[in-house]
Amino acid sequence: MLANKKQKLHGYIVTLIFAMVLKIMPLPDYLSRLNPDWVLLTLIYWNMAIPERIGVFNAWLVGLIIDVLTGRLLGQQALIYSLISFTCLKLHKRLRQYSLLQQSLFIFLSLLFSQIMIFWIESINSITQFTLIFWMPVLIGALFWSFIYMTLRFIRILGQIR
Amino acid sequence: MDKARSLLSVLVYPIQLLVSLPVELTEELFDTAISYSQLKEENVNLRRKQLFFSIKLLKYEALEYENIRLRALLENSFKLGEQVLVAELLSVNLVPYEHLVVVNKGSRFGVGVKQPVLDANGVVGQVIRSLPLSSEVMLITDPSHAIPVQVNRNGLRTIAIGSGQLDRLKLPFLPNNADILPGDLLVTSGLGGTFPQGYPVAVVGGFSVQPNKPFADIYAIPQAKLDQSRELLIVWSDSTPVPLIFPEEIPEDVNASE
Repeated sequence: MLANKKQKLHGYIVTLIFAMVLKIMPLPDYLSRLNPDWVLLTLIYWNMAIPERIGVFNAWLVGLIIDVLTGRLLGQQALIYSLISFTCLKLHKRLRQYSLLQQSLFIFLSLLFSQIMIFWIESINSITQFTLIFWMPVLIGALFWSFIYMTLRFIRILGQIR
Repeated sequence: MDKARSLLSVLVYPIQLLVSLPVELTEELFDTAISYSQLKEENVNLRRKQLFFSIKLLKYEALEYENIRLRALLENSFKLGEQVLVAELLSVNLVPYEHLVVVNKGSRFGVGVKQPVLDANGVVGQVIRSLPLSSEVMLITDPSHAIPVQVNRNGLRTIAIGSGQLDRLKLPFLPNNADILPGDLLVTSGLGGTFPQGYPVAVVGGFSVQPNKPFADIYAIPQAKLDQSRELLIVWSDSTPVPLIFPEEIPEDVNASE
């Protein structure tokens, strides 16, 4: 029983780690600028699918790990993830009823919120000039949502993660 | 806060290793699968280079002692030899809009913040965060990085600022009549104390005078292979004043080396 439970826990940790790998994967410059926030997408999925397992605190922890992984201000991504996770938890029953297209719209707004927060925080502490392409990962993430949803759903059913 | 970050960084280090694994493996594969003739050719080339450099070094040693002697005559401090540590790059891409790289040597090896990082061709950047197992290096081309340089030909000092493109540095603080030409080598000037003096940074690429503006529009091309080198050198340089060498101590030193 215990081992079974542990295995179930591993299921979504593995997907999150895989998402982190995708996030810091070395890509050509123009592609890396389009690389969406895989971790946030995965996190939203698990928030929707198993809200009693993955909550705001888990999102905060994942955010902290991402902060360290990408060398950002400690707590920046953690704050963004926990805020989005909170909304997802509040809306998860409604979100589950939506069609994939409607969900994508919600994802678009979440990613946009995340990117706006990043834009705001990064503009304070660095002089990097953001061009229009900075906002592209939002659109691409929303487009990729159905793909991520299907994949993670398949993993969830396969691994019987409940 | 730094402690929390170091702790977490140890946890995430395996992820970074995992990400850079494929690149390392392919490189390993190419190294293993190299043909005999290629290897032989490379070996001959390397031997030739080695000979060339050692001859050059012979001359430099003599020059260095001459320099020390002259500085002693001027009652000036001389630069101690710099210590280096070879670190390997991890193939991870932290954020797309900043030029940060991760190397596999951290504070366990004594790497500290603000240490200059070089490769075989020139200055790469500086350490901006040292974690126990790894450290983050900001490249000289990052938009928020600036490096004090001087023109090797005439000693004209200025500051080179990163442009956000890997093959370009900006020199925004030179007047329209500055004595600088395309092809001039820019070396570190040693001002600011972070970078030791005299390492090549970039070659001036283009110069365009803007009559309506006080400063010329100059760009330079970094000498270091920022997107290719996998082995980087982390340098410890003594920026603290070195004790003076008195003239009477010098001859013994020189004799000892001969």
